[in-house]
Amino acid sequence: MNLFQLLNGLTFAALLFIVASGFTLIFGLLRIVNLAHGALYLLGGYIGYSVATWTGSFAMGIFGAMAGVAIFGLLLEGGLLRFVRGYELRQVLLTVGVAFVINDMALVVWGGDSFTVPTPDFLNGAVKIGPVFYPKYRMFVLGAGILVFILLWLLMNKTRLGVMIRAGVDDAEMVEASGINIRKIYLWTFLLGAALAGLGGVIGGAFLSLYPSADAEILVFSLAVVIIGGRGSLPGAAIGALLVGLLNSVGQVMFPELAYFVIFGPMAALLAFRPLGLFGKAA
Amino acid sequence: MSSVLSTASRTSSPRTTAIFFAGSVALLAILPAVLPTYHVSVATQILIFGLFAMSIDILAGYAGRTSLGHGAIFGTATYVVLYGVANAGLPLALAIPLAVVAATLLAAIFAALAIRTTGVYFLLLTLALGMIVWGICLRWSVVTGGENGIRGDIRPAFIGDARSFYYVTLGCSVVLTWAMWRFIRSPFGLTLSGIRDSESRMRSLGYNVSLHLFIGFVMSGVFAGLAGALYALFNNFVSPSTVALTQSVTGLLMAIVGGVGTLFGALIGSFVMIALENFVSFYTQRWLTVLGLVFIFTMIFAPAGVLGTIRVLRARRQG
Repeated sequence: MNLFQLLNGLTFAALLFIVASGFTLIFGLLRIVNLAHGALYLLGGYIGYSVATWTGSFAMGIFGAMAGVAIFGLLLEGGLLRFVRGYELRQVLLTVGVAFVINDMALVVWGGDSFTVPTPDFLNGAVKIGPVFYPKYRMFVLGAGILVFILLWLLMNKTRLGVMIRAGVDDAEMVEASGINIRKIYLWTFLLGAALAGLGGVIGGAFLSLYPSADAEILVFSLAVVIIGGRGSLPGAAIGALLVGLLNSVGQVMFPELAYFVIFGPMAALLAFRPLGLFGKAA
Repeated sequence: MSSVLSTASRTSSPRTTAIFFAGSVALLAILPAVLPTYHVSVATQILIFGLFAMSIDILAGYAGRTSLGHGAIFGTATYVVLYGVANAGLPLALAIPLAVVAATLLAAIFAALAIRTTGVYFLLLTLALGMIVWGICLRWSVVTGGENGIRGDIRPAFIGDARSFYYVTLGCSVVLTWAMWRFIRSPFGLTLSGIRDSESRMRSLGYNVSLHLFIGFVMSGVFAGLAGALYALFNNFVSPSTVALTQSVTGLLMAIVGGVGTLFGALIGSFVMIALENFVSFYTQRWLTVLGLVFIFTMIFAPAGVLGTIRVLRARRQG
């Protein structure tokens, strides 16, 4: 693997981390496997595309996508999932239904063509890294992934909300018993997770492009990341994203047609020894 | 937790079931005489998907493991039949057994990886595995034809028309439904139900839980593969959407709408979903939205499904 492919793997891993961290946060605290996460990514990408082309500003696109998808997450959590609270399987299957509806409605609004979110001029072109010229934008993605990791780490470890989220992941009943409104924390976590999916959609939509089955593709990558990393763990998501991102890059070079298969290997090997993932804890 | 979707284990007596079964078969046998050709092929589709949904129900209802990867097992069989006959020039009599073997092997791989997990983890894992198969079918275009899929008029001439193929499907359905019913009623199937209700208890009674789940999953895969092979004959076409998540989800939804853990409910679910699809497609192209909405409403209001709700009501009346 040369430097170029390594960078491709790392930048893809950064995007995967952004998307999967939202997924794993929701999974960890609310015990909801949000299979609409891929659809939220796609929705974020489309909203970002529309806002960015309309206002001419990439930053506005990111903001619009995060806000739009967060509102959608609020409706999903507060409007639908509350009716099936406590039933894990019913929650998961309900989000499958939501994913279908979002995907189909996006097809109505944006059509079946593929879009690329326009990026600002200062991110276009290439930058020289060692012996290779590498697209600036993909380096920006790498930076964004690292920034999101740092911010989430600070949120989880240095703020009151983070303490409550971490406590909730371990024992939600105990948190409630100490007089904290866990419902509110659930809602904030869900909003945050959804917003991260939206952010991923815009960032990914600018270099992977957006099309009707993009949600399923990103979802299976996120699932692999979370299955490898373990439920609710940020370091797990980061390591999982790196593994999946780099393997995907290797796979695309060596077996372009079976690239999907390459992420299967480590997942299988890992599950044989740690069914709950690297950092997973028993529920 | 994993049995949340399934209903009370109260089941009808074997005699009532046999009478009900014979009556349904008789009714289904006279259908082609009264239905127009188009509806006969819709009925064929209902039977095939009913088999598929029942294979999912074996796992979801009787082993307490909800799979979202069965579409891949079903579709693999469809791919193998079509590739074998249309591209590799194999005789149908060889392609169908090959397809079932391929589906069974795939199910064995899925099972080996997934049986260690329960509940949502099982669902996630089977989902991810199924999507890998979908990714391969989409990208490995030399073999699978990529997005375009494989097309071929593979149905032999003597069952070429809709009515005779309906009878072939009905015959297969009767045999396979009976086989599945025998399977879940066998000591092995009862052990599976025991594992669904309490894994630790079955383990302490000395049962090899992993082996039972493995065999249960593989058997379910055999039935899904057989349904997939029939579907190849029915459709004469296969594309990545046959192995996609939508397929797994539709099958599972059929099992749920009919009632998880009722086996025959899956046929009712298949009827409801396919009838609805045909009806909706008459008015709008937004079938996926309708499918999603049906999913959401079923999960919120009627997770026990048709037969499950009937059973619950009957149990309540009898006290």
